[in-house]
Amino acid sequence: MSYLTFIEQRNSQVKKSSLEALSVASKIAKSEGAPSNAVLVGKDIKGNFDTLYKFGADSVFYKDDAKLEFYNPVIYRDLVVNAVRKTNPKRVFFSATSMGKDLAPAVSCRFEATVIGDCTEYKESSGKIIWKRPVYAGKCYILLCGNKNPEFVTLRPNVFNAVEQASSNKSEVEIDFDIGSVNPKIQVKEIRVQQKGRPELTEASIIVSAGRGLKGPEHFSLRDQLADVLGAAIGTSRAVVDAGWRPYSEQVGQTGKTVSPNLYIAIGLSGAIQHLAGMTSSKVIVAINKDKDAPIFKIANYGIIGDAFEVIPALIEEFKRVLGK
Amino acid sequence: MKIIVCVKRTPDTTTQIRVKPDKSGIEQDIEWILNPYDELAVEEALKLKEKNGGIVTAISLDPDANNSVLRRCLAMGVDEACLLKGGKNYDSYSVAKLLADEIKQREYNLVLFGKQAIDDDNYQVPSMVATLLDVPWVSVVTKVEVNGDSVCATRQIEGGEEIMETKFPCVISCQRGLNEPRYPSLKGIMLAKKKEIPVKEIASLPESVAVTGHEAPSPRPPGRIVGEGSGAVKELVRLLKEEAKVL
Repeated sequence: MSYLTFIEQRNSQVKKSSLEALSVASKIAKSEGAPSNAVLVGKDIKGNFDTLYKFGADSVFYKDDAKLEFYNPVIYRDLVVNAVRKTNPKRVFFSATSMGKDLAPAVSCRFEATVIGDCTEYKESSGKIIWKRPVYAGKCYILLCGNKNPEFVTLRPNVFNAVEQASSNKSEVEIDFDIGSVNPKIQVKEIRVQQKGRPELTEASIIVSAGRGLKGPEHFSLRDQLADVLGAAIGTSRAVVDAGWRPYSEQVGQTGKTVSPNLYIAIGLSGAIQHLAGMTSSKVIVAINKDKDAPIFKIANYGIIGDAFEVIPALIEEFKRVLGK
Repeated sequence: MKIIVCVKRTPDTTTQIRVKPDKSGIEQDIEWILNPYDELAVEEALKLKEKNGGIVTAISLDPDANNSVLRRCLAMGVDEACLLKGGKNYDSYSVAKLLADEIKQREYNLVLFGKQAIDDDNYQVPSMVATLLDVPWVSVVTKVEVNGDSVCATRQIEGGEEIMETKFPCVISCQRGLNEPRYPSLKGIMLAKKKEIPVKEIASLPESVAVTGHEAPSPRPPGRIVGEGSGAVKELVRLLKEEAKVL
């Protein structure tokens, strides 16, 4: 029995979160003496093969075609289904990115299987794997175990480490599938890049989030300056989004994005239950708030009681000094 | 234009979730609402109907045959509702299969979903239903433009958007930003009360995944207040660098 990991690429570059998934798959595969395979589709992708071998892939099943430059759910699904049929894996891994969350269930569905999605931990127990994943945006966790082959698993980005490991085979196999034979009935017309230079919330290792304590939309540039010093992503609360101060894409929480960075800095953000649900799995939480009774202090590792307009500029200066910027 | 909207009952976002002592699930004595993302799907269906004419049908799969969210859909202006009694809460494949089997018996141009239910956070059913119906789909959509049979949908991805072009019939899952769901009018609520909601009993499917337990989140290590005002900043940054090692 083998393992298979779907490798996501954008602009012909493999995503780090896919290497995290490949690392987990390869580690489990090797402990069972099973081959770890990768499936990679896109345009001009062959330059990535060596990277995949470095993270434990034994064989890479690929399709390199100009028609695969952009994500097409129908064609990508049919190619991955083809690779699953061909390799007959015990488990199939994806990273739980926008593409992974969209694609994994479409593939698993062809095998009458539910995806064990967005996992953050696993435990091996008498030959089976128990997967742990957040539900209710992290207010609770559920433990799951697949009961058929193949088992489909997506892993939350930024939780598992990408680890270099040995690969035994290092071979490439082109997927034997005629893309021209599929009428996908759907295509990407355009891709718009919104943020420039800042990491995406769900992929960031540091997030600077600010709430209504900033008193108005005109003051969010303070948050942004602090984020830029740290190379951090920017976040906010539902109250701020509902007030129309910031776009929904920045919202962290149960009806926004669920994040788990190494460092989450919450400024002027009281910590409503729906916000806490989306960020309590952060490794280190810093809270800065005027109100010493704000709920955010209950889950923060470090807190400063103080006014955002006084503390943020001081933080910017101190981070610049310490980081040598 | 025939639009089907699939909706689910979920705990309110302000609800505290408590794990049952036997870890089999969560305590059920909580407030329930129409899944907020499904509310966007209902609103989008109503807007498309108002513009292009047609009929909107809401379908809900509920193991307990609770029809409260379908009542809400009717009150918002949905034309008809259908309750499927059955399914298992967690198993996305069986949910998708049961919904697709029902949808196949109906005529439709468009099937709308919320991008995820805020209970299981599974994000699976829309792509699965589309695959089972053998139609294209676009998930996590913040803008829909319909022109005759052509559909242009904007999908949110990391740091940007994908603009997808497709044709009816198709499946779309809705993300916040798409619209502002309306509140039901008093008249709508009164009319909804009188409407029949047919119930169909459906057989369950074998599970493809076993739920072995639930856990409350591990408590966070006790934190500390470093100090007050900008005077505490130096010490905070030192702790982040030397103790927490996150810089």
